[in-house]
Amino acid sequence: MYGWIWRHLPGPTWVRAVTSVVVCAVVVGVLFTWVFPAVAPLIPFNQLTVGE
Amino acid sequence: MSARRAAAAATGVLGELLITAGVVLGLFVVWQLWWTDVVAERAQVQIIEDLGWATPVPAPSEVPDDGIADPQPGDPPVVAAPGPSETFATMIVPRFGDGWERTVSEGVTRSGTLDELGIGWYPHSALPGELGNFAVAGHRVTFGKPFNQIAELVEGDLIVVRTPEVWYVYRVTEHLVVLPQQVEVVAPVPGEIGAEPTQRYITLTSCHPMFSLRERYVVHGVMEYWAWTADGIPAELAGGA
Repeated sequence: MYGWIWRHLPGPTWVRAVTSVVVCAVVVGVLFTWVFPAVAPLIPFNQLTVGE
Repeated sequence: MSARRAAAAATGVLGELLITAGVVLGLFVVWQLWWTDVVAERAQVQIIEDLGWATPVPAPSEVPDDGIADPQPGDPPVVAAPGPSETFATMIVPRFGDGWERTVSEGVTRSGTLDELGIGWYPHSALPGELGNFAVAGHRVTFGKPFNQIAELVEGDLIVVRTPEVWYVYRVTEHLVVLPQQVEVVAPVPGEIGAEPTQRYITLTSCHPMFSLRERYVVHGVMEYWAWTADGIPAELAGGA
């Protein structure tokens, strides 16, 4: 899968490497900003209030 | 032969997907245990700055002789009822470190208050200055973890609540570990549902054990005195008593 993506990236090796790093950074950014905050309430591993 | 090759390719893709899933789970742990603290602590600095009145308490050696806010007689002023998620006070706990001060906001919902604004006040519990129980909750881990060191509080420790005009000075009386449904800890008289309060209590709740849903760590305190912020800072924070 990653091999296939690598082969289909345009440009010489260094351009592909830069593209890969940028794509990874964007993916991590999306995860940190939107995905993880949305998922976190579904996996509550700490609760700090008392109540019914 | 081509069937075997297809099977090998499929296995390869599956393996890569599993590795990716592992990396994503690892990133989630990094986000939860580290990044939420980074974001919340940065936000906390901004919130205190935006308040405008929560200027850092000076070091004991820098407090002028006439800079002590003396205890005032009579009933303390009561904080006006805050709006949803409104930040209306700060809390200073010397035991948590020099310069430790965090904001207190209305509400104890995770997404609206506790994950973003720090310490949250239980709506319907007493406000500072009112007879009854001023009850607040705070994270012990992640999201800025205001109550990270809650278990280090011992009897007699100082908890100071600050509003623009008034200092409310409390002393810790006890700590306990309770089950999540034991709401009597936030009752007007802690531990006695239905009792009529004659004192001004404070209650801090947080998770227990750390990283667990099982129980809650609770600290109770009682108000010792109040003072005007315009008069200076409480003697206890200035290194006295």
